[in-house]
Amino acid sequence: MQSPDGITVAPPVGVPAGGEIAGPAVSRNLLLDDFLHSKRAMGACGVVVLLILFCFVGPLIYRTNQTFTNLALENLPPGAGHPLGTDQYGIDILGRLMVGGQSSLELGFSVAIASTVIGALYGALSGMIGGVVDAFLMRIVDTLLAVPTFILLLICASMFNLSLLTIILLLTLLSWPYVCRLVRAQVLSLKTREFVQASTTMGSTRTRILIRHMVPNTFNIFIVTTTFAVADAIYALSALSFLGLGPPPPFEDWGTQLTDGVGNLFNSYPWEVYPALIVLVITVLAFRQIGDALNDISSARSTVR
Amino acid sequence: MTWYLVRRIGQSIAVVIGVMILTFILVHFEPGSTARAVLGQKASPARIALFDNTYGLNRSLPVQFWLYCDNVLHGNFGISYVYGQPVSTLIAQRLPRDAVLLGLSTLLALLIGVPMGLYQAIHHGTLRDDVVAGTWFTLYSAPDFMEALLLIAIFCVHFQWLQAAFPGGITSVGGLFADPSAMVLPVVVLSINSVAGFSQYMRSSAIEELAQDYIRTARAKGLRERLILTRHLLRNALLPIVTILGLSLPNIVAGAVIAEAIFNFPGMGLLFWSSALQHDFPVLLGATLIIGVATVVGNLLADITYGVLDPRIRHAIA
Repeated sequence: MQSPDGITVAPPVGVPAGGEIAGPAVSRNLLLDDFLHSKRAMGACGVVVLLILFCFVGPLIYRTNQTFTNLALENLPPGAGHPLGTDQYGIDILGRLMVGGQSSLELGFSVAIASTVIGALYGALSGMIGGVVDAFLMRIVDTLLAVPTFILLLICASMFNLSLLTIILLLTLLSWPYVCRLVRAQVLSLKTREFVQASTTMGSTRTRILIRHMVPNTFNIFIVTTTFAVADAIYALSALSFLGLGPPPPFEDWGTQLTDGVGNLFNSYPWEVYPALIVLVITVLAFRQIGDALNDISSARSTVR
Repeated sequence: MTWYLVRRIGQSIAVVIGVMILTFILVHFEPGSTARAVLGQKASPARIALFDNTYGLNRSLPVQFWLYCDNVLHGNFGISYVYGQPVSTLIAQRLPRDAVLLGLSTLLALLIGVPMGLYQAIHHGTLRDDVVAGTWFTLYSAPDFMEALLLIAIFCVHFQWLQAAFPGGITSVGGLFADPSAMVLPVVVLSINSVAGFSQYMRSSAIEELAQDYIRTARAKGLRERLILTRHLLRNALLPIVTILGLSLPNIVAGAVIAEAIFNFPGMGLLFWSSALQHDFPVLLGATLIIGVATVVGNLLADITYGVLDPRIRHAIA
């Protein structure tokens, strides 16, 4: 896990004005360097890139009818013209897989980024301010953590008419506390470190410390949770669709395809369920692998330190 | 320890109040009025006014919250729109069955996860470690509803060894075992997710303990390796698992909704799912409150047990 050449990336000693010996740029570059050298992480990143190309560029090349039901073509087995066969509406499964993936991926990335930004800022602020305010803010987080995300999501799905946008908002609202907890813990330990104390002594404002020291030094933590969040969000949407509580048609994602396919799993059209299943597993696995690799790298870094 | 306990219990009470506020807010987000949901769309304005007056729905929000807390503390979670029975009765009927399901699956997960983690720790850094870790990571990443369906396809449809679903009309815990083969898949599916967590925590805690001096001492005095592992290592490495047991409750509950929906298991998860489909809000919110409180209590118990079991922690927080 160690990379000797990673250390050469660090700028020579020249201590900057804020007394930032362990400056933000250094830790980020070291992490990136290890990341680029991790075969597991790079392999998983390659898979993610391929998936994005498949879903967003694929339909431009492989043009199929995804709008109109064509009962003359229903439940065709894989073969010429339809590499993965057709479903019960006569719609090409390969094409449907591409279109369905768009909403899954859009959801995964939006939720992960939004919840990380909110959670990291909230956690960093809460940890920085401390005292009664921190205690109060953390009880809000505890409350949201006490009820399983999926349970709250089911309730909201039952109360409102969902669309992709509302699911993104809901999942963001429900998943930022996880990031928040971790970032706050890190901020609490950073607060006592010398470089932060030095910065405070030199008259840095809280805002400056927050932005220059806290956020960059928790980067390792929230980049890991972000990648896990992508996988979790995609999974949550597919489970919701599977349980029949997802957005109504014409909304398409891998979960709706699974649900349709499952109906046909036991009546001799098994090819309708496997493509969505395989793509879903690959996607979730790829994002979790990236997260796990990052986790290994950053924990190896912190033990070296 | 006493001060720590007081603080932790205080925090837990705050969170329970937080969960009550959360469910109260959700009740008020509920589309349409409660009166219409209970009395039907054709209810006359006079009857609605009477209903609102009886249940305090025309009072100010703080008063309503007070009434809500009062009801909840007296075990009154409202009446189900669909079943017409008190929510507390519906939940009380199902909780014992869930205790059986969750208990069995957690037990299975521990029985697999703990030895697995220990095995990985003993062989850590080798191919064996990677193979075991990789396998569970893949199983953990695959959506649990798909694992459930594939297992059904294999064991129920292809080989026809097991029952795929529970028959309707089960009213007792004993009824669950009328056909024991129906219990197999729900328990297995629910345990898959926990095994990955348990084995990974077990692995890292065992690796940490293996590096301790007392293990070296035990080896130096010529103790057999098997005894070192069972007498010394296992006991100490098991400690973090206690915390994980408390913390994993929300995940298990969420998994239970999906597994129970698939296998028609007559528990809280199935009730929750069908209530979500039928917009039966009193049931949803009552169940949420109970799950929230159970999680808080679980976390509190985990922390306390950890303190009791580990003298180092006990003295550090004293």
